[in-house]
Order: sequence, then structure tokens, then C-alpha cells
Amino acid sequence: MSKEWPLWEIFIRGQHGLSHRHVGSLHAPDAEMAIKNARDVYTRRNEGVSIWVVEANNIAASSPSDKGPLYEPSESKVYRHPTFYDIPDDVGHM
Amino acid sequence: MYAQMIASEATTEDPQKLAEFQARIDADIKVEPRDWMPQGYRKTLIRQIGQHAHSEIVGQLPEGNWITRAPTLERKMILLAKVQDEAGHGLYLYAAAETLGVSRDELTEMLLDGRMKYSSIFNYPTLNWADIGAVGWLVDGAAIMNQVPLQRTSYGPYSRAMIRICKEESFHQRQGFDIMMKMAQGTDAQKKMAQDALNRLWYPSLMMFGPSDADSVHSTQNMAWKIKMNTNDELRQKFVDQTVPQAEFLGLTIPDEHLTWNEAKGGYDYSDPDWTEFFEVLKGNGPCNADRMEARNKAWDDGAWVRDGLMAHAEKKRAAQTAAQ
Repeated sequence: MSKEWPLWEIFIRGQHGLSHRHVGSLHAPDAEMAIKNARDVYTRRNEGVSIWVVEANNIAASSPSDKGPLYEPSESKVYRHPTFYDIPDDVGHM
Repeated sequence: MYAQMIASEATTEDPQKLAEFQARIDADIKVEPRDWMPQGYRKTLIRQIGQHAHSEIVGQLPEGNWITRAPTLERKMILLAKVQDEAGHGLYLYAAAETLGVSRDELTEMLLDGRMKYSSIFNYPTLNWADIGAVGWLVDGAAIMNQVPLQRTSYGPYSRAMIRICKEESFHQRQGFDIMMKMAQGTDAQKKMAQDALNRLWYPSLMMFGPSDADSVHSTQNMAWKIKMNTNDELRQKFVDQTVPQAEFLGLTIPDEHLTWNEAKGGYDYSDPDWTEFFEVLKGNGPCNADRMEARNKAWDDGAWVRDGLMAHAEKKRAAQTAAQ
């Protein structure tokens, strides 16, 4: 069998979107073709104005079993949220 | 329906892990690619998503058959857009299947050498222009019936692909119904073509939901894992109930003399398709099985030098870039 085209992850920023969002993946021989195909597959109905493609090999992901150790500590740090503080009503909007 | 006759795989893992997995499924927590999952769950999904993807690809052939012969330029452009959507649906689904650890080329080769199947419906020929209308109306209608509940399927990437696909699928069903309306309200000859298309595609559409629940021994595990959300007969009944009034609106007759409204169950009683024919089609003995596979194999073999050429070019460019840095 010949060599398989690598997998690319596709990120698109919508017309009024603030950031690029992951929308899916596709196979393409190189970045240029990946962008062309992403344009055809993922933006045919005006879904976006900017495309990023990243070869899937280049992405490192956190592991589901790390969920606890990675995110739990932040739950005890309520003082990070603005709603933690009591501001007297007399002070007005802050 | 893309799970027509997919056996759920036996699984022999640690009972505690299986119980934890089931608990997450029961709590409607989506399973994601890097989560632990039973081997049987993984294998069943690879087969189901893979065959769903193959169906989108092979499904381009019966409709593609009429692109050069579409009766007006508008109809031709719409048909082209639709077939292009099907290619995109195949792409999303292959990408979802790949998150389970199989590659797209592996899946394609399994399709091409007959180890994997695709939906039985695409083994029927499109013999007149009205068939393109009937395919959109009935076949995509049946697909939506099947795919809407799959948006809640337990495997995250599959469910997200379904959400995306359902949006486009409703465009397909409407364009099909629009063709049928034009034909059914047209000249006598046009109306006859529309009725003929309905006559030939009605039972093959009912078969898309798979064998009757009594004969479908595989559903229990797949329902428990929430890979499948409804039984075959539930979805088929829903499809009949929705489609009969649409046929009446068109002034066309469903080719089933036993079709009657059943007040007690609040649905139609209808005749089952010929299940012998269904199993023959799945075995590869339908009207177009050989043609469809021949066309896919030819495209794959004849296209090999193009795929290799693009890959060689990409490698050369990358090497030149690295050298320049």
C-alpha cells in the first residue's frame, strides 16, 4: 500500500467569532492542500473567515486520567472569582 | 441503518471496569477518544461509523449517475452541491472512525475487498430523473430519521459528526421533495415517472432501517451502550407515519395494498419488505452491488499514481524548506 496522507486538525474563526474553534480533521498531503480542502468542506456555508490547519502529529493532549490532579485544586480557590468579595451596596456598581 | 446487521462484539474485560464504563454511559457522559472503553464497544463503533462513512461515499454513485443528465441547470447545480455534501459527510465520519484507532485507508481497503459493507439502498439503480427526487425525499428522509437520535449517541466524535450532518441532510430531503412536487404536479408522463420512482424505492427505503426487531439479535448490547438509540422497527414505523401523508400530498400512491391507519396504535399498519431480497442485497447479490464496487475499486486503483505523486511532491517541498532553514 502506498503511504497514507497525514491527518490535519482544522480550526476556523467564525465571521464574528473571537477565536479559532476546532471543527474537525481531514487528510491531505501538505498544508496547502489541507487549507484548500478545509475551505471546501468546512466553510461552504459561510462558516468562517480564517482557517488554521495543524498536522495532528504536532498536537499533544492531556490525558483523561489526569482530570482529577489537573483541575481539582482550582475548586478550592474560590477567592479567584470576583463574586467572592462582599462590596457594600453603598459603594455602588463595581 | 448503517448498523444493518452489525453484530455487537463480545467483550471480556475486567467486570469492574465494565461496570464503571456502563455507569458513565447511563449518566449520559460522552465517551471520548482517549477514555477507556471495552474492546467490543470499540470494534462495534469502528464497524458502524466505518460503514456509515462508506455509505456516504458509495451513495454518491446512484445520484452522480444523473448529474450530466439533470433536466435544468438549476437542478444540476443543486445536485452537484448535494453530492459534494455527501463527500463531506464521508470525510467527517472517517475522521470520527479514526479517533478509534483505525486509519481511513485501512477502512477504504476493507470496503474495497468486501470485508465491510455499506447501506443496502445504494445497490438499487436510478433509472429516471424522478428517482433523484425519490432518493432525496425517501432515502435522505430515512437517513434523517436514523441520524437525529444518533446525535445523542454515546461516542462523542460520532455524535458531533451527526449534529453537523443532520443540518445538511435536511437540505437534501427538501430538495428531493421539491423535485417530486414538480414531477407529481407536472404532465401525465412526469407524474407517471414520479409514481414509478416511488414504487421502486419504497421497500428498499424501508429496508434501510435493518431487519425486524424479532430477527435483529444484535440490538440489546448496542442499545445498552447507547450506540443505538432506537430499535429498527421503532424507526421504520416513525418513517412510515411521516412519509404516508407526504405521499398523499403529492397525489402519489404508496405501493402497499395493506397500508391502513391504525387508530389504536396511532400509526399506520404496513407490509414488511421482502426480507429474502434484503439479505441477498447484503450478501452482494443486489441489482448494482457489483457495479458499485467496481466503480470504487477503479477510482482507487486508477487514482493511486495521483495520491503517490501528491505525497512525493509534499515530501520534496518539505525537504527543500528544511534545507533552506
